[in-house]
Amino acid sequence: MVYLTRKAEFSASHYYHSPEFSPEENRRIFGKCNNPNGHGHNYTLEVTVKGEVDPRSGFVVDLKQLKEIMHREVLDAMDHRFLNKEVPEFVTKIPTTENIAIAVWQRLRPKLERAQLHRVRVYETPDLFVDFYGEE
Amino acid sequence: MKAHLTRRYLFSASHRLHSAEMSAEENLTTYGKCNNPHGHGHNYALEVTVSGPVDATTGMVCNLVDLDECVEREVLARYHLENLNTRKEFVVTVPTTENLCIEIFEILQRTFRPAHLERVRLEETMMNSFEYTGNNGAPR
Repeated sequence: MVYLTRKAEFSASHYYHSPEFSPEENRRIFGKCNNPNGHGHNYTLEVTVKGEVDPRSGFVVDLKQLKEIMHREVLDAMDHRFLNKEVPEFVTKIPTTENIAIAVWQRLRPKLERAQLHRVRVYETPDLFVDFYGEE
Repeated sequence: MKAHLTRRYLFSASHRLHSAEMSAEENLTTYGKCNNPHGHGHNYALEVTVSGPVDATTGMVCNLVDLDECVEREVLARYHLENLNTRKEFVVTVPTTENLCIEIFEILQRTFRPAHLERVRLEETMMNSFEYTGNNGAPR
């Protein structure tokens, strides 16, 4: 089994707010992230797939295809967007780094054919990242 | 759904690697420059990984403010700009980065409650790093 990781970057804005909390609770729990006008990050996405090396091509996965899928399914939807308003998953779910990692997994997994998705890692900043390995 | 969240922190500390169980020559052979009696320092980078189900309401594994406060209080306040050899936990135990990594894992396992501690990764320099997962299996 060989693991291959492809990196991509996207920039987006978001804010944290739950309708289940009062305005005071939202402010206390989410702090500055509760500002309804939003704020932004340069996200770094790492997608790791695993599989056996194809004896003819020497590839685990066709990187060009993986790159295209990442662009079509994730970057086109999230890059330079206000996540809360423009990405369907985040109309009901808060676009925390945890939920972004899960959304990226759910977008990519059905589109991958030969290689198996192993991990989605999303860096919100260089000192904070979330890993999602699917439903364990 | 379970996710792993990793937060990175920086601290600086000095240490000297010297074991009371070894002769002066053995210490010098084993630890080389790190055996200098005056000590020397590093800028350590600490990565703390916690895991747990993503809360359906908050969208979080745990509140980062709680993690930051705990690491600040229990680890950074204890070690940042300190001489590790002067700490009681390193009077007998040599403050190698291996031992420091294990110590930090155990401190956080005792003190951080909101999520499960998965892993502590400690970089001594840009060239070397150490990981400890307790009973959580191999790091991935």
